[in-house]
Amino acid sequence: MVNSKLDIESIRKLFPVLHQHVNGKPLIYFDNAATTQKPLSVIQAINNFYEKDNSNIHRGIHTLAERATLAFEATRKTVQQFINSNESEEIIFTKGTTDGINLVAQTFGKANLKAGDEVIISSMEHHSNIVPWQMICEEKGAILKVIPINDAGELLIDGFEKLLSAKTKIVSVVYVSNALGTINPINDIILKAHAVGAKVLIDAAQAVSHLDIDVQQLNCDFLVFSAHKLYGPTGVGILYGKRELLDAMPPYQGGGEMIKEVTFESTTYNDIPYKFEAGTPNIADVVAFKYAIDFVNEIGKTEIRHYENELLKYCVEGFNSIDKSSNHQIIKLYGTAKEKVSVQSFTINGMHHFDAGMMLDAKGIAVRTGHHCTQPLMKYFGIEGTIRASFAVYNTKNEIDVFIEAIDKLVNSKLR
Amino acid sequence: MQTINEVQNEIIENFSLFEEDMESRLFYLMDLGKKLPAMDDSHKTEDYIVKGCQSKVWLFPMFEKGKIYFEADSNTEITKGLVYLLVNLWNDRTADEILTTDLFFIDKIGMSKMIGSQRSNGFASMIKQMKMYAVVFKEKSI
Repeated sequence: MVNSKLDIESIRKLFPVLHQHVNGKPLIYFDNAATTQKPLSVIQAINNFYEKDNSNIHRGIHTLAERATLAFEATRKTVQQFINSNESEEIIFTKGTTDGINLVAQTFGKANLKAGDEVIISSMEHHSNIVPWQMICEEKGAILKVIPINDAGELLIDGFEKLLSAKTKIVSVVYVSNALGTINPINDIILKAHAVGAKVLIDAAQAVSHLDIDVQQLNCDFLVFSAHKLYGPTGVGILYGKRELLDAMPPYQGGGEMIKEVTFESTTYNDIPYKFEAGTPNIADVVAFKYAIDFVNEIGKTEIRHYENELLKYCVEGFNSIDKSSNHQIIKLYGTAKEKVSVQSFTINGMHHFDAGMMLDAKGIAVRTGHHCTQPLMKYFGIEGTIRASFAVYNTKNEIDVFIEAIDKLVNSKLR
Repeated sequence: MQTINEVQNEIIENFSLFEEDMESRLFYLMDLGKKLPAMDDSHKTEDYIVKGCQSKVWLFPMFEKGKIYFEADSNTEITKGLVYLLVNLWNDRTADEILTTDLFFIDKIGMSKMIGSQRSNGFASMIKQMKMYAVVFKEKSI
């Protein structure tokens, strides 16, 4: 299906959505950090499920229920292998990254935080890794601490060390910044957090499509991500947790599926993963998610990352050429860390990001504009927002040429 | 002075020159924004921010000899062009003229397709705000 030497044209053929015109121009989709497009195999899997196998899972004894259950659990197994967890029971299906973080905050956090305890996050967190912790800290009288960053958008590890103490109960950090693309040194962070007895949650939403993830090697306590940023459907997320922690945690929501036995007097809860999967899950999308992981595995994340880094480098060179031809700095880059993925935030001197975003859309180019759900980070840089271009495996250098040319035209329109 | 509907017809005619070329339409909007007279910075306060806009929009109303005038500005250029369209249409009009206007130019120039749903909501907020000022002045002058 996909050639091993990254035949991008063949890969592009697998994504129907890419083959359309927007505002009369061929679509260039550079908003992959928000959500990636879906290969045909994923789309067909959703169709197939509803056309042939649709049934509720786990309790039915008829054939369709059996098929649906097997397909649903096959995804769990695939995810387990994909992130190398010890057992598939440690893989909990959620609605997405946000849901996973809220689950941990409201169960592990609720059971383990007390007044005066501390939770550490970083300056570059998405709001979804800030607000759930603020909520539980407020409830418990715990304190939220924030790891500082430098102007390149890198975490200051000595600043992190200074925050750590016996009071630190939870460290929840992002693996890759959605706004800046920075890859954080999470191995180091996990080691240091464990040294003071804290548990660590890794927000891998932005990392999962670019970096190999091995939860056993990382030794993180929890890891969360969303299917939709990994070429999979929306409405499906993964929470990985170590068995001993998940076993000890109280349930998140009550309902069907998460119980062993219910009487009006009391309920005994089911074992993991079902204890955390109350209600009928998003079965069709979970089933289809397996095909997204198969797609990524077939190409290989190393290959993907290598290619995406090439695109990022090419794009930054394009920005530099605009600055060079106008003899001063017009494009300001945000997120210039040494270790980063194919996400580039920038501003255009004298032009609001909303204007730039609309002008690019008029050219059929989809980018993200705004604060990227990281308002504290934008505040650090003293800006309201940026324009963000983020590349996936189906993007091309030709598309970047068109993008750079469009920006160049915008810049020149400003100089008129 | 042109009537409100004559101004609307002129807007429709001008935008029709660009047909479906979205880029030219947006550049045109940005150019229109440049025609907006400079707003007194002391009027750019929280009180005069139009709520419901993604960009910042300030709208400062004045009332003189039975007519309404607006000073306006925005931090984004496309929005400035949108504000210009309304200010140009409704400056130097009576409250009744504003309140009885049928804003037919919006659909005719394909506004929602041009600026998208979020900005369309913001544009609607500007209209609402201007009409609200018209109501206030009308009541004051009775």
